[in-house]
Amino acid sequence: MNYHWNWGIFLEQVKGGDETYLDWLLTGLGWTLAVSLTAWVIALTLGICIGALRSMPSRLPVMLGNAWVELFRNIPLLVQMFLWFFVMPEFLPRDWSLWVKQDMPAKEFLTAALCLGLFTSARVAEQVRAGVGSLPRGQRDAALALGLTLPQTYRHVILPQALRIVIPPLTSEFMNVFKNSSVAFAIGVLELTFQARQMQEDSEQGIETFLAVTLLYFICAFAANRGMVLIEARTRVPGLIARTG
Amino acid sequence: MIEIRNLSKWYGQTRVLADCSTHVAKGEVVVVCGPSGSGKSTLIKCVNGLEPFARGSITVDGVSVGDPGTDLPRLRARVGMVFQHFELFPHMSVEQNLALAQIKVLGRSKDEAAARGVALLDRVGLREHARKFPGQLSGGQQQRVAIARALAMDPVCLLFDEPTSALDPEMIGEVLDVMVELARTGMTMMCVSHEMGFARKVAKRVVFMDHGEIVEDAPAAQFFEAPASERARTFLARILHH
Ligand SMILES: Nc1ncnc2c1ncn2[C@@H]1O[C@H](COP(=O)(O)OP(=O)(O)O)[C@@H](O)[C@H]1O
Ligand SMILES: [Mg+2]
Repeated sequence: MNYHWNWGIFLEQVKGGDETYLDWLLTGLGWTLAVSLTAWVIALTLGICIGALRSMPSRLPVMLGNAWVELFRNIPLLVQMFLWFFVMPEFLPRDWSLWVKQDMPAKEFLTAALCLGLFTSARVAEQVRAGVGSLPRGQRDAALALGLTLPQTYRHVILPQALRIVIPPLTSEFMNVFKNSSVAFAIGVLELTFQARQMQEDSEQGIETFLAVTLLYFICAFAANRGMVLIEARTRVPGLIARTG
Repeated sequence: MIEIRNLSKWYGQTRVLADCSTHVAKGEVVVVCGPSGSGKSTLIKCVNGLEPFARGSITVDGVSVGDPGTDLPRLRARVGMVFQHFELFPHMSVEQNLALAQIKVLGRSKDEAAARGVALLDRVGLREHARKFPGQLSGGQQQRVAIARALAMDPVCLLFDEPTSALDPEMIGEVLDVMVELARTGMTMMCVSHEMGFARKVAKRVVFMDHGEIVEDAPAAQFFEAPASERARTFLARILHH
């Protein structure tokens, strides 16, 4: 291999600027974290609500929830990014459309976070529904029999148990959010992948660049994983052997 | 207190309750028995509206259960229920299990709820277990906590659905003792149970069900000494020989 290695490249100044390449990558990491964490908050909030809807006894909420999941699960994420970014604004009322195209602050970031959040919410909803479904029906009956309303029953009895059960699959969804956030570069978010491509072109040290980026993504996903394992340990219930059925 | 009139219910094409009528007066204990699948659980779940029903009417303490205008959560708060599999909330400690509905449904303060909880744990002999989680208790202890949880709501009546049939034999006694004590204090109780000793001791009447029908509804002594139907005789012979 006739490659000129230069690991010192990260501390060199970018062409025609006073930042270093490391600054670029760290900015990219910052946006990656911002997109991922915002998306995760959206995904958890909506995913839990929609997963709960899909486990309700009546039909309408179940159908709505199912439609949501199918919609976001069956279109590639990259296409969804483009749909939200280029197509959606055209369907808004005229004034809004103009505002979105011209004045909306942090437009790329917000679009990416929303898109990734909705996409992931469908997957979270699927896990949450499965978790609720694995609880014995008697838990719901017992909560209702005490006079709790259905929302209270979900809030205090069903979801706390279901969420504990689905922490392992949610962990992998959380890790996926970081990995999937790289798609945001396609609509111009200055996240890690975007910055990496820019650095590669600018510095012509593509291998060092992408090895560094790989490491940063790995650290994000790994930290997400450790974080969830910690939560799992923290929320473990004494004496509970999973009783499902 | 509980008045069930001409109750019928279908699951799709199958009729699981057929024109059932019975009642439980204030301060009375009525035991419901019958073979598995005869509709006992369904009947008792209709009483607090956990199961909807197609025809007939149920009134509890003057409130019509099937009426679309009825505030079911409010009614259920006044009707305690104890389940075959205890159904304590496994992610909450015993004291939290006792406090949850007192706080969320009755609007009691945390301190009030805790005090009531401790008093009831004392009554079922489990005071020192308040901090434990359900998974750390034996089946008999869990069921006694479940009874305390129902009592914490100060119910006007209690429904039991086979409260001892998931228990190891050596734990049945401790749960039945609590139930007998409750009956003695004048609690209105409708109990699905095959514990005939318990029925003899405290039941005013025994309701015998088969295939969704109430086949017999007789004073306890009469039911045990001279069951009117062949089906009840067969049933009694079977469970008394076990
Ligand atoms: N959700 C359900 N769907 C269809 N059939 C049911 C359902 N629940 C109970 N059944 C049927 O209703 C009948 C009465 O059940 P149940 O009330 O549980 O009987 P028991 O408590 O006396 O054993 C049984 O034949 C049972 O198979
Ligand atoms: Mg039953």
